[in-house]
Amino acid sequence: MIPGPFSYHRPASVADAVKLLSDLGEDARPLAGGHSLVPMMKLRLATPAHLIDLHGIAALKGISRNGNNLVIGAMTTQHELLASDDVAKSMPILHEAALLIADPQVRYRGTIGGNVANGDPGNDMPALMMTLGATYRLEGASGARDVPAADFYQGAYFTALEPGEILTSVSVPVPAAGHGYAYEKLKRKVGDYATAAAAVVLTMSGGKVATCTIGLTNVHETPLLAADAAKAVIGTGLDAATLKKAAAAAEAIMAPAADARGPVEYRKHVGGIMVTRALQRAASRAK
Amino acid sequence: MNDMTPTREQREAALEGMGCKRKRVEDIRFTQGKGNYVDDVKLPGMLHGDFVRSPHPHARVQKIDDSEALKVPGVLAVITAETLKTVNLAWMPTLAGDVQMVLADGKVLFQNQEVAFVVATDRYAADDGINKVIVEYEPLPPLVDPFKSMDKDAPVLREDLVGKMSGAHGPRKHDNHIFEWTVGDKELTDAAFNKAEVTIKEMISYHRTHPSPLETCQCVCSFDKIKGELTIYGTFQAPHVIRTVVALIAKLPEQKIHVIAPDIGGGFGNKVGAYPGYICAAVASIVTGKPVKWVEDRIENLTATSFARDYHMTTEIAATKDGKVTGLRVHVLADHGAFDACADPSKWPAGFFNIVTGSYDFPTAHLAVDGVYTNKAPGGVAYRCSFRVTEAAYCIERGMDILAQKLKMDPAELRLKNFIKPEQFPYHSALGWEYDSGDYHTAMRKMMETTGYAALRKEQEEKRAAFKRGETREIMGLGVSFFTEIVGAGPSKNCDILGIAMFDSCEIRMHPTGAGIARMGTKSQGQGHETTWAQIIATEIGIPADNIMVEEGNTDTAPYGLGTYGSRSTPVAGAAIAMAARKIKAKAQMIAAYKLEVHEDDLEFDIDGFRVKGLPEKFMSMKDICWAAYNSVPPGMEPGLEAVSYYDPPNMTYPFGAYLCVMDIDVDTGVYKVRRFYALDDCGTRINPMIIEGQVHGGLTEAFAIAMGQEIRYDDVGNVVTGSFMDFFMPTAVETPHWETDFTVTPSPHHPIGAKGVGESPNVGGVPAFSNAVNDAFSFLGSTHIQMPHDFWRNWKAAKELGAVA
Ligand SMILES: Cc1cc2nc3c(=O)[nH]c(=O)nc-3n(C[C@H](O)[C@H](O)[C@H](O)COP(=O)(O)OP(=O)(O)OC[C@H]3O[C@@H](n4cnc5c(N)ncnc54)[C@H](O)[C@@H]3O)c2cc1C
Repeated sequence: MIPGPFSYHRPASVADAVKLLSDLGEDARPLAGGHSLVPMMKLRLATPAHLIDLHGIAALKGISRNGNNLVIGAMTTQHELLASDDVAKSMPILHEAALLIADPQVRYRGTIGGNVANGDPGNDMPALMMTLGATYRLEGASGARDVPAADFYQGAYFTALEPGEILTSVSVPVPAAGHGYAYEKLKRKVGDYATAAAAVVLTMSGGKVATCTIGLTNVHETPLLAADAAKAVIGTGLDAATLKKAAAAAEAIMAPAADARGPVEYRKHVGGIMVTRALQRAASRAK
Repeated sequence: MNDMTPTREQREAALEGMGCKRKRVEDIRFTQGKGNYVDDVKLPGMLHGDFVRSPHPHARVQKIDDSEALKVPGVLAVITAETLKTVNLAWMPTLAGDVQMVLADGKVLFQNQEVAFVVATDRYAADDGINKVIVEYEPLPPLVDPFKSMDKDAPVLREDLVGKMSGAHGPRKHDNHIFEWTVGDKELTDAAFNKAEVTIKEMISYHRTHPSPLETCQCVCSFDKIKGELTIYGTFQAPHVIRTVVALIAKLPEQKIHVIAPDIGGGFGNKVGAYPGYICAAVASIVTGKPVKWVEDRIENLTATSFARDYHMTTEIAATKDGKVTGLRVHVLADHGAFDACADPSKWPAGFFNIVTGSYDFPTAHLAVDGVYTNKAPGGVAYRCSFRVTEAAYCIERGMDILAQKLKMDPAELRLKNFIKPEQFPYHSALGWEYDSGDYHTAMRKMMETTGYAALRKEQEEKRAAFKRGETREIMGLGVSFFTEIVGAGPSKNCDILGIAMFDSCEIRMHPTGAGIARMGTKSQGQGHETTWAQIIATEIGIPADNIMVEEGNTDTAPYGLGTYGSRSTPVAGAAIAMAARKIKAKAQMIAAYKLEVHEDDLEFDIDGFRVKGLPEKFMSMKDICWAAYNSVPPGMEPGLEAVSYYDPPNMTYPFGAYLCVMDIDVDTGVYKVRRFYALDDCGTRINPMIIEGQVHGGLTEAFAIAMGQEIRYDDVGNVVTGSFMDFFMPTAVETPHWETDFTVTPSPHHPIGAKGVGESPNVGGVPAFSNAVNDAFSFLGSTHIQMPHDFWRNWKAAKELGAVA
């Protein structure tokens, strides 16, 4: 578990980082918290010749408001998300999900940018960002572009990031006042990735579901939006039959890998249960 | 007497002797990051070694090309089996009477087996070198399932043994067979089964797992060419044994080998045996003339050194209709992997598995164990248990629950009915042990009363009814476990390691000012010896524990001992300490008699000194006696106050305990919650109740891990799939249940201070408690036995197979 040789760069601006990345080409990788990348390097599954550490770039840090959006700098750590009052108040599901990532040590280092850019289906933030309708800002040699989270993930570790691009911030629309939310994650222990997890954001009106979005973590090679499942609950009071239908619709799009967390059948089954429980808990929180 | 004179209680308390919750003295350095571990050893010019390992579970090694590796900056040498052959070290003996490849010799027999050792100026260069060594393999069919190892067409693993139809433990039935070990009266046992009113039979597996100490195995070897001396710093649970093994296999004079085990970050049986890393580092140091460090990483630790368990136990119990056991028959298929690298006393190929009759009065029993080879890592070691005792406890405790279920009896009642009675001790078991002492009924009843067992059973009944009515998706299980351990290996009449009797030792030197140093042949890996050994001495000779320094782990200064594992330190070394202290006390008494001008027999020991009987004011403190020992001993007596004791125990000790686990399981997800866990331990005399509690907490946490998910798993083609703490279940404080601890005290009649050992009891007794809780939860749905580990998905699978989930 010893990484191969690499050289280390610490640019002070996004422009410098982008330039380094495009000059050094395929052999260069941005380094954020290092809590996904460094383990891969220790196993020599990743052998970048150059690491471009983003910690020296002040512009990538911090949480601010832009209209109805929270804009979170890519290098904001999971710990900083948890410490933010604005996040806790206006986007409590982000707080709830961040708290279910790994352990405090990982959260002190791990960043939101690294988490969403990594492309690991096990990461919790991607499905949540899709659920919240977030947009990622990507900056490269040819300028900046905004890509919706829902269009970003193409396969395990394959994303819309082009070589030479850096994800600089995540812009998340603040959900409607009185919304209900829940992030249900089944894991074997603290520090484990999800066996299956579901994010639900909904609004209720007159005891019925008015709007609903459902995201799924680690049950496919990419994070998923369970659109059919969400559709199935609209206009209902989440009675048992509806919940069953929603879980079945969600399970229908799951294609997890068998691993030590359990066989495919189990991971889909509990994926359905996470959806059910998240819907129930979200509804109970909605005002 | 004036007001300043301390009371008896104050004098007693000042000693911090036996029974005191003395704070661990070693924690002062550990909590400040000032421990000194092997990886802290940095010698001038030190090189680093690391292994090229096999990706294949079974393959012929056709060619090893090191030419590119040797071009990597910093790489100095690549050692292979061919290199080792020049010094006759390509293979090494195991403690179990087998031999083991140090580096792949023609073949590899398990995934991650050591193939070549790259030596470089730093660890990074060594790893870069590893990635440049090109090994050509011809894959061979892997043998993964131990039940297929003795099939006619099974691939032959050990070509070195082909044609040798006899091994270290008798005849071999197949090329992949290691030994068959039988104990007990077969005829009598078969007869008991033939006329039994009720019988049960179940194949109970105890899966492969791993001790996984936080600090992995590691060493620094430094050979001094001029003096011809080899110094080895290593993570050794048994430093003297390592010294002797090195002397025997490296043909070095034993006085020129210095083995030093500094602070050790957990052992749990992982650090008893010898591993290829030690041999390669030593050879590399001899070859290069420089110190060489080898440090295992986590993957290597989990996949290559010392697994534990992997016992497949076909268990049969015969009983009467009203629940009196009449016979026990067990056949074990023991998967040892590629080499039999058990660390058992040499004559015991299945350790003390014949304690499998447990706490019950079986009139007859028979046991047969077949050891076999598979394409897996070699072992298996005693993971926080006396040799195979945890497997035996699991076997009988699961078996008793299965019998209770068949008889429709409460499992606690069944146990109470069959316990060995207090008046039967010393008790001779059907499989050959003499249990020294015990009071099982009292312990069991105390457990039942304290936990409110009857009420819990009632609640369970109600919950089951509610489940059947569809009102809840949760099921509740009560896991009863009553274990008897056999620890303290061991008496020379039946225990040795490579011919060395399993005594242990202590040397005490008192200094003139009333302080002293004590050295032992044991080696703490977290057990707190520096604290507890001093407490024994404090009580025995009346010198405060704080004034006694305890030192272990340096073979040049410590008396010869067999080390720390199998809960043997207190039963064996603890006895040696008391005996050495008593020698000190005897000499002290002579000195005191001389100084107080009375006859020795007129003195009595009183807490911290000697007092003239009937003349309470005539008193000499041990502190003053220490001084006198160096300047005014009686005429004809040698000055000084020192003693050595080598203790050969007359018998093992037999700690026992009653555990209860209360568990709730959500059938839809398989997620369990340990609602309560109660552990009553009887380890005889209690030296330090706080350390006992800590040991119980640690052992229970391991038991919880093992029963509920911790496993070393191989896929069907021999890839090991649990190589990191992501998949090898290592619970954190969050998952760990709350532990309720309790005790009874039944001192060992043959041990000088009556102590029995406790470190391993919770692992031994804990695993069946957890597994019985899971099995008990599911039993009303119609199951008799669900194999461990009971992780979430397997619980769900059980529920599904029993029709409880759609
Ligand atoms: C023990 C453990 C448990 C964990 N458990 C969880 C968990 O339960 N849930 C979870 O979600 N995560 C988990 N993680 C992962 C953790 O959250 C990581 O911190 C996160 O996935 C990556 O963030 P990072 O800042 O560490 O990124 P890094 O590891 O530095 O980078 C990850 C990848 O993203 C790229 N990258 C990073 N930043 C950018 C950027 N701004 N633009 C473009 N590319 C970028 C890197 O080049 C690299 O390829 C766990 C990690 C560990 C070690």
